[in-house]
Amino acid sequence: MHKKLRGKTIFIIAVLLVFTYGIFFGSDFDRSWQAMKTGGPLAAIEQNIHRGLDLKGGTHLILQVAVNEAVAADSQRTTDALRDELNKAGVTFSDIVVPDSNRPDVIQVKGVAPDKSGDLRRIVSDSFSRYDLQSGTENGYTLVMKPSEAQALKNRAVQQAIDTIRGRVDTLGVSEPVIQEHGLGDYQILVQLPGVDDPARVKDIMQSTAMLEIHQSLGGPFPDEQSALQANNGALPPNAILLPGRNVGGRGSEGGEQRDEYYLISRSAVVAGDDVRSAQPSQDRNGRPAVSFYLTGTAGRRFEQFTSAHIGDSLAIVLDKRVREVARINDTIRDSGIIEGVFTPQQTKDLSMVLSSGALPASIHYLEERTVGPSLGADSIREGVMAAIVGMGAVMLFMLFYYRGAGINADLALILNLIILLGFLGFSGATLTLPGIAGVILTIGMGVDSNVLIFERIREELRAGKAPAAAVDQGFGRAWVTILDTHVTTIVSAFILFIFGTGPVRGFAVTLTFGLLANLFTAVYVSRVIFDAILNRKQRGEALSI
Amino acid sequence: MELFKNTNIDFLGKKWYFLGFSLLFSTAGILSMLFWHGIPLGVDFKGGTDVYVKFTQPPDIDAVRHAIDAAGFKNPRIQPYDVPAAHQVLIALEQKESNEQALDQAKTQVIDALEKRFGKNQEGRLDVNNASAAAIRDFLLQSDAMHAGTDANQRYTDQAQAIVRFRDQNKGGVLASFDDLNGVANPQLVAALKNGAYLSAFAVRNVEIVGPQVGKQLQRQAWLATAYSLAGMLVYLAFRFEWIYGVAAVVAVFHDTLITAGAFSLTNKEITLTVIAAILTLIGYSMNDTIVVFDRIRENIKIMRRETLSEIVNRSINQTLSRTVLTSGLTFLTVLSLYLFGGEVLRGFSFALVIGILIGTYSSIAVAAPMLVAYQDWRARKTGATVVPGVRRGKVSA
Repeated sequence: MHKKLRGKTIFIIAVLLVFTYGIFFGSDFDRSWQAMKTGGPLAAIEQNIHRGLDLKGGTHLILQVAVNEAVAADSQRTTDALRDELNKAGVTFSDIVVPDSNRPDVIQVKGVAPDKSGDLRRIVSDSFSRYDLQSGTENGYTLVMKPSEAQALKNRAVQQAIDTIRGRVDTLGVSEPVIQEHGLGDYQILVQLPGVDDPARVKDIMQSTAMLEIHQSLGGPFPDEQSALQANNGALPPNAILLPGRNVGGRGSEGGEQRDEYYLISRSAVVAGDDVRSAQPSQDRNGRPAVSFYLTGTAGRRFEQFTSAHIGDSLAIVLDKRVREVARINDTIRDSGIIEGVFTPQQTKDLSMVLSSGALPASIHYLEERTVGPSLGADSIREGVMAAIVGMGAVMLFMLFYYRGAGINADLALILNLIILLGFLGFSGATLTLPGIAGVILTIGMGVDSNVLIFERIREELRAGKAPAAAVDQGFGRAWVTILDTHVTTIVSAFILFIFGTGPVRGFAVTLTFGLLANLFTAVYVSRVIFDAILNRKQRGEALSI
Repeated sequence: MELFKNTNIDFLGKKWYFLGFSLLFSTAGILSMLFWHGIPLGVDFKGGTDVYVKFTQPPDIDAVRHAIDAAGFKNPRIQPYDVPAAHQVLIALEQKESNEQALDQAKTQVIDALEKRFGKNQEGRLDVNNASAAAIRDFLLQSDAMHAGTDANQRYTDQAQAIVRFRDQNKGGVLASFDDLNGVANPQLVAALKNGAYLSAFAVRNVEIVGPQVGKQLQRQAWLATAYSLAGMLVYLAFRFEWIYGVAAVVAVFHDTLITAGAFSLTNKEITLTVIAAILTLIGYSMNDTIVVFDRIRENIKIMRRETLSEIVNRSINQTLSRTVLTSGLTFLTVLSLYLFGGEVLRGFSFALVIGILIGTYSSIAVAAPMLVAYQDWRARKTGATVVPGVRRGKVSA
């Protein structure tokens, strides 16, 4: 008995030491030690326990990725490729279109010559196996992207957006940002930027699609869309689109109202978004701020081929669906170019950074923005700690008053419960939020319930005339099932909260769950050991203080 | 010390009072939800823009309203926030004031409007109350009042951070006067700030903007989470007891949830995400008291073979009264401390817990246990036989 008790005591002290260490140094010893040396133990805790945005201040954003755009872009490439293939194989058709912009995964081939339908089927199954082919009316055929392919494409778009945004946020020097997929299958991204209390610039940079494309310029500028149509006999050529541009080539920048002009450019791009290898701020011929860019190897070769074949034609540099620059091809260009326009130096810096980080696969927009100022976070910590100290003090005093000797036992268990919970936060790197602090306070209140259940049962057994040792034994044994009930029901609730909740609320679920798990150990195991130790010293028949 | 010694209260005899009490509060809550305040949803669920502003002086709400009206917003809700000494104002704008393309448009306009009215209109000068540490450092670098030399960047960064830390940690985010900075920052810098910068009478403490899509999504999640919690409890109880016990307990917990939500409607407090978290926690917690009573009823059914179910239930409630009141009371103590000292951000959360724990304790005595008896009476009338809800598993507990 004595030997067993000593073993248990040593085990409890070891747990105490390990988790006390966890509170101060659990996450990263070196950094916490540094903080301890310069700022004392409180600084070490501050360094060691991760605080949520609501406690340290910062910005929380939820972004929606327009994944359908990624599918539409893919369909556009597919229609181009399909057109080429069909032409090569001599399959005549009247048109290839994506008929419904809400269903970018559907491509229609219209008016296929009936005797060539076999060729069409062969080409689709050989080179476009990502699509299912269905025949329709009037020699039309429909290609529908396989659902698994479309899904993969969308998931890839979200992943790529996350990578791109992370690259951009990192360049801005935000420390410890969180960038991850949010929700299940909603194509949303959660971004948390600690310490950023004016998110405007960061948001603009994250959201910037900065889609750089180079097209062949086919005509323009026209003062408006109407005159552009008239110049082309009322209808655009099938391989061309109209895009607006302003101040192209620097014209019109002095005085007068600035108006969009329209340019007729080739539908398919020679160079597209992900062809840019790097970009940097530079100056144009007149010494104004501009951005130089360099293409990747394959894009460079493609560009070289194109420009050598089109000397004398014009190129349009298109940024975010606006024409920024139109220039005549005087010579073969290999892999670099320059974007001019009206830029401030800051804009050229941001734009080149965004271009270098790669294009977003689809546009994004913001669904939610929460900014917590650092002063509010500081107040919240102060108030939370205050509430915890008052609450815990009241509970501990009550236990001492109501249960006397056993109250000390309960209070010791409560303190150990708190140490294990905080140590766990240190070790696991889990984030402590303001509701998380509330979870700690609630753990104190619910944790002591276990002691009450046990003590009340022991009192009942004592009243029934049992000897102290037997009463303690019965008390713990019979209270155990109820304690288990208490914990299971609350942890089930917390678990559901964890699944459905976000950010701060999750922090609450985490502290409450681990607080109660630790409570099973402290209120049942530790408390029992303390009782046994006391009973061991008592003479037979001596009363128990409870 | 003991609070309850051998109590023998006839709880079931008071069931009509209990019923009246429960009906009164739940009906009041439901009526308020239907006809009075509705269900006051917070920005999390309703969407919209909430801007929390702290002033150096007791804020003039009318002046704030004037400034916001002048910016052209429809139906802005402007109200004091937190205790009067905090000098805080909440400016809440409806969902339609912001759009998906520019979610933070309304926020920018609100801050501009306040800057116009309370910023002394000092065009081009740095507003230290609404500036980041980096902006203050840039200002200090430019004025270079310390003639810092080669390590200017480091020294001014340190000074700017000290100023911001003092402002945020000690002054709650707003400085009333540059003289407050004496002893915090270098005197030459304080002089330079006095010359070249200014302090507006307010600072934005936090901003919450929720688009309509997220609002709907969060509403759906909150409903689902509550439903899953109740279902989870039902499953757990069905596993532990007979089904009628489970039904009684879930009815009691539903009653608690309804009255807690009703309390929010009656007092017109906003239901936010954290309030839902509190309610889910309550669903788990108030189940415990009920389980304690039920366990004891089941235990007593085996021992007390001659007594009627109402006698057994009464005895069980009395036997467990001490621990029910103690455990709830202690949890209530911590929750009360949270409500009183935990700050305004958690006020709704702790309010839900305060109400919920009181109601939850009451309902395990006054709703769940009488339901068992009522069910048995009903069965007895129907079949003409006395049936005591059975005992399935022989677990015995406290």
